[in-house]
Amino acid sequence: MTTANAPAPVRRNALAAPLSRVLVYVLLIAAAIVALVPLYVMIVTAFKSMEEIRTGTLLSLPHAFSFEHWWKAWNSACTGLRCEGLKVGFVNSFLITIPSVVLAIAAGAITGYALSFWRVRFANVLFTVMLIGGFFPYQVLIYPLVRITSTIGIFNSLVGVIAIHVVFALPVVTLLFRNYFASIPIDLFKAARVDGAGYWRFFFSILLPMSVPMIAVAGILQVTFIWNDYIVGLVFGGINYAPMTVQLNNIVHSTYGEREYNVEMAATLLTSVIPLLVYFTSGRWFVRGVASGAVKG
Amino acid sequence: MFVRSPSSSRLQAALTLVPVAFVVLSVYVGGVLWAVGISFTRSSMLPNYRFAGFTQYINLFSNARWQVSLGNMALFAVIFIPVTLLIGYSMAAMINRGVRGENALRTIYLYPFAMSFIVTGLVWRWLLDPNFGIADVARKLSFENASFDWIVNADMAIFTIIIAAIWHSSGLVMVVLLAGLRGVDEDLWKAIRIEGIPAWKAHLYIIMPSIGASIATAMVLMSLTVVRMFDVVVAMTGGGPGIATDVPAKFIIDHMFERQQVGLASAAATTLLLLVLVIAVPLLYLKNRRKGAAQ
Repeated sequence: MTTANAPAPVRRNALAAPLSRVLVYVLLIAAAIVALVPLYVMIVTAFKSMEEIRTGTLLSLPHAFSFEHWWKAWNSACTGLRCEGLKVGFVNSFLITIPSVVLAIAAGAITGYALSFWRVRFANVLFTVMLIGGFFPYQVLIYPLVRITSTIGIFNSLVGVIAIHVVFALPVVTLLFRNYFASIPIDLFKAARVDGAGYWRFFFSILLPMSVPMIAVAGILQVTFIWNDYIVGLVFGGINYAPMTVQLNNIVHSTYGEREYNVEMAATLLTSVIPLLVYFTSGRWFVRGVASGAVKG
Repeated sequence: MFVRSPSSSRLQAALTLVPVAFVVLSVYVGGVLWAVGISFTRSSMLPNYRFAGFTQYINLFSNARWQVSLGNMALFAVIFIPVTLLIGYSMAAMINRGVRGENALRTIYLYPFAMSFIVTGLVWRWLLDPNFGIADVARKLSFENASFDWIVNADMAIFTIIIAAIWHSSGLVMVVLLAGLRGVDEDLWKAIRIEGIPAWKAHLYIIMPSIGASIATAMVLMSLTVVRMFDVVVAMTGGGPGIATDVPAKFIIDHMFERQQVGLASAAATTLLLLVLVIAVPLLYLKNRRKGAAQ
């Protein structure tokens, strides 16, 4: 620590003083390694034979790449009573994720629009209720939602899972679009009004084309969240529409006899492929979504 | 923000909001009132609307499994939040100084957040496996007596879940705080430099308070992770050994569907909801007030 009456040191970045640059890099790289170890271990384990898993270590590279447990995880591992592998869940996750994301974004964008440019009575009350609702733990709403969906006959169906996802995504997506529309100059709106653009015309011809970045951000976040969801799929999907996460957990926890770690890790990797692909190809959008307070904040 | 508009378009906006309002009111308001209502009845497998006062709450708080669940959640919060905040802040502060490969580092730090909690739980279960996991690596590196069996040890298992959660969330906290640090006025850094204030002091007393909003956001995100914690426990320990790693969210689901004690589960859910509101409402209030002040 420098004292007040010490001779003035060479001017340097005071905040950098205790940590040399080298140390900063060492720490940052160490943190990156810690972050990457689980992914690395997942990958190498998935390629090893059980023999190699027993004799080698967690971190060692596979000697002979074997693929049969990938095939088993995909095609024949048992998820409870059925032994058809993860492929069923993969298809289900697609069938759930794509319509849910499209509908959630459409609903959120339109709601955000109606809440932004128009002085609608009680709009702020509605928005506040939505924001608070976005914080509710799913556990609170699950029982009423099970009753509602079974009353209208969509419990344990694809439609039911999608409907629940859309309802749960609505607050966040609306928040994103409302904030985005708030940054659009009001003069644009006024000019469009003067030129006679109606309610939907302004939305579809002017606002929507300007919102492509926001649609991308919301889409990427929601694809990741909905693909990764466990509890909605578990409760509302039933046996026929169990998403990949539910099937993965069943595969790992319903094995009898010797656990096959390589099959488990292959299955875990297969379940992460889509979100990882989305993340690594669009990382910056994802970061933007997170940083702009997208995560219900 | 708002302009006076011909009433026909405004009417259309209002009409657009009708279905949204219907869904929001029936699910978020109606659903919650229903759930809270059930918590005051004797409902077991099927709802039963005879009023039972606070019976379910009395049963709940004398239930040993609920007490363990709450204790685990508290322990989780007390360790997970400060540690993740410290890691996230340190990484953000180091990156903020300007380093090469910033984008690559950020991408690496945040990727765990893109993985599901089920995947997170299963990977860490494998990493911490007492026979073949990290303990085995240590043994084969000639530490022959190394053992690390926390995940199957009733007293320590909860810490393995905390470790997995810290891995999952540190990058998120880093991103949120880095966005805050990027907004700190350049003059403030200059002043700190000129005054020669030691780095740790400057961070603790000057920089951290000036990014209070980002820290609050990160805290709320982490608190919600704590309250909602479910998937990672299911995947990693299934609540075991025994009930050692049980958490409130899991208690609720188990009692609702497997044990069919809907009234008790609803009382637990209502308790959880109150906790969430205590966390979320002050933040929403603060945010709105700040926006109001800025206008």
